[in-house]
Amino acid sequence: MSDTMTTTEGPILETRALMKRFSIGTRFSAEGRRTVHAVDNVSLTVRRGETLGLVGESGCGKSTLARCLVRLYDITGGKLFFEGDDITGKSLREMRPLRRRLQMVFQDPSASLNPRRRVGDLVAEPLRIHTKLSAAEIDRRVAELFDIVGLLPDHVARYPHEFSGGQRQRVGIARAIALNPDLVVLDEPVSALDVSVQAQIVNLLADLQEKLGLTYIFIAHDLSVVRQVSTRIAVMYLGSVVEEGPAEAVFSAPAHPYSQALISAVPVVETTPGGSRKRILLTGDVPSPLNPPSGCRFHPRCPIARDRCRTERPEPHSFGADRKVACHFPTL
Amino acid sequence: MMLSVRDLKVSFRTEDGLVWAIDGVSFDLDEGEILGVVGESGSGKTVSLLAVMGLITDPNATIEGSIRYKGRELVGLPAKELRRLRGNEIAMIFQDPMTALTPVYTIGWQIAEQIRAHQNISKAKALDRVEELLAEVNFPNPREAMSRYPHQLSGGMRQRAVIAMALSCNPALLVADEPTTALDVTVQAGILDLVRKLRATHNSAVVFITHDMGVVSELADRVMVMYAGRVVERGSRSALFADPRHPYTRALLGSIPPLTGEKPRRLPAIPGSPPSLLRLPQGCAFGPRCPLRYDACAAEKPALGDGPHAAACLLEAQA
Repeated sequence: MSDTMTTTEGPILETRALMKRFSIGTRFSAEGRRTVHAVDNVSLTVRRGETLGLVGESGCGKSTLARCLVRLYDITGGKLFFEGDDITGKSLREMRPLRRRLQMVFQDPSASLNPRRRVGDLVAEPLRIHTKLSAAEIDRRVAELFDIVGLLPDHVARYPHEFSGGQRQRVGIARAIALNPDLVVLDEPVSALDVSVQAQIVNLLADLQEKLGLTYIFIAHDLSVVRQVSTRIAVMYLGSVVEEGPAEAVFSAPAHPYSQALISAVPVVETTPGGSRKRILLTGDVPSPLNPPSGCRFHPRCPIARDRCRTERPEPHSFGADRKVACHFPTL
Repeated sequence: MMLSVRDLKVSFRTEDGLVWAIDGVSFDLDEGEILGVVGESGSGKTVSLLAVMGLITDPNATIEGSIRYKGRELVGLPAKELRRLRGNEIAMIFQDPMTALTPVYTIGWQIAEQIRAHQNISKAKALDRVEELLAEVNFPNPREAMSRYPHQLSGGMRQRAVIAMALSCNPALLVADEPTTALDVTVQAGILDLVRKLRATHNSAVVFITHDMGVVSELADRVMVMYAGRVVERGSRSALFADPRHPYTRALLGSIPPLTGEKPRRLPAIPGSPPSLLRLPQGCAFGPRCPLRYDACAAEKPALGDGPHAAACLLEAQA
């Protein structure tokens, strides 16, 4: 199967029934050792040049999945392919040449940048580790990167605390693109920023994607930002993908009752009075992934759950060429 | 008028000089009214409400102006009298519910303690009231929830527990500082419903601080937009969203990506970032980022006009 994927037309990243479990507690704790199914049976494909948006409530496993995709976490089960290559079980040493092609941008730039080093130095670090460029060539590349992300040349000698949140995130982005990666995982890249600054970073990311031919996996809890940047969307609930499809289709006509509730809960600015949307209010909280419900994981909160949902877990079904929904009674 | 704030100024003495966190804020609030206060970090939205609550105890802070609650001046009121008002008539909820809850006592104990601090009732009666309150904020099993510790609850349940605590004395005024920012949208929707319910059942007035224009648009009757310690625009919800007058309000609304309809290729972003309060520009604080600025903007701090819908902008004065 995988050798048919090596053509340039194939997906850049693919997962098959990916699993990530964490063991928590010890045999001495009250509940003993327990297993959290953080990512459960996720099959996704990410195509070159597209942006896959991952959405879902906190604790749904979107960040864990993203970290599995760049192998920051070891994978418990299933398969992960990068350009058709099985990288599921690659050792740290074997992963090293791939690291420069798989990069990540984190939510809080002040936590991911070393406060004791100058930002020019921070951006140069990946170049020193992964390339054989001379010091002068590295300086030139750093200057070029600063220009690309919209920082001034004399900023290189400053420390992270001298920057605003938006500028710090630009430094984080410069670091991530320093090695010309193919795929960048963006984990809540604009959530910590002021509203007036978010749009600048969203635009910068779109420009970089176009200029550098990047593929993005974009995680954010702000659904309108996700819609703005994504070509495709995967909606996650309790470790599994419940709906996947083109961003426009999922947002304008969500098929899974969870996607419907999630999208309807977003508060939007109504400029025309009386144009209020219908809201689906979910009752209860997200169940613990330690003790997931039987059948469909969403059934205790689902407004249209029936008997079948309580016992039988729905598998993702394809609708058309590009849409998958894991629901017994999807709205399509 | 229930709450009337006039020309409120809060300054802090810092190592780097005097910082005006709030520079002349005035607003009114009626019974049963929800006021949305929008602004970015450092705009002064939290400090102005902490001042109203009498919660600025920093010895380096100076508070000037007037805050009248039901005709009574709060600025300069002794701490003991303020404490009687807070919790009894005025309640506050914060962004992070863990800061309002102690981790070492159960939810039930904490809410009962709050009730008994303000009302002279027996412990058993207080506990019964706690059960009612938790049911009111949609805890599926209130009796059981009372015996839980904060760490055993999810973020949304903790925030609901804090709201139950705030509601325990039927406050006439509820001040909510970004209470849903740390929560998922699905949970946020439930909390917003609770705030609406509180207004409907107790006719409470609510001041709701947020950075989310969408939340304000769904909840508030009137809106106040803040920037760098000043009110830049104020108006009824419908007027402000249908016809935003201040360039900052317009730019902020424009930079939010739409959830439906046509997707813009690029978002109309606001250049730069909010100014540091230590180095405020001369004249209009938004001037350096404003697409409509002209020479006069750098010279003069525009005043907020009177009238129900007003914007602090020199262009406004000309129109």
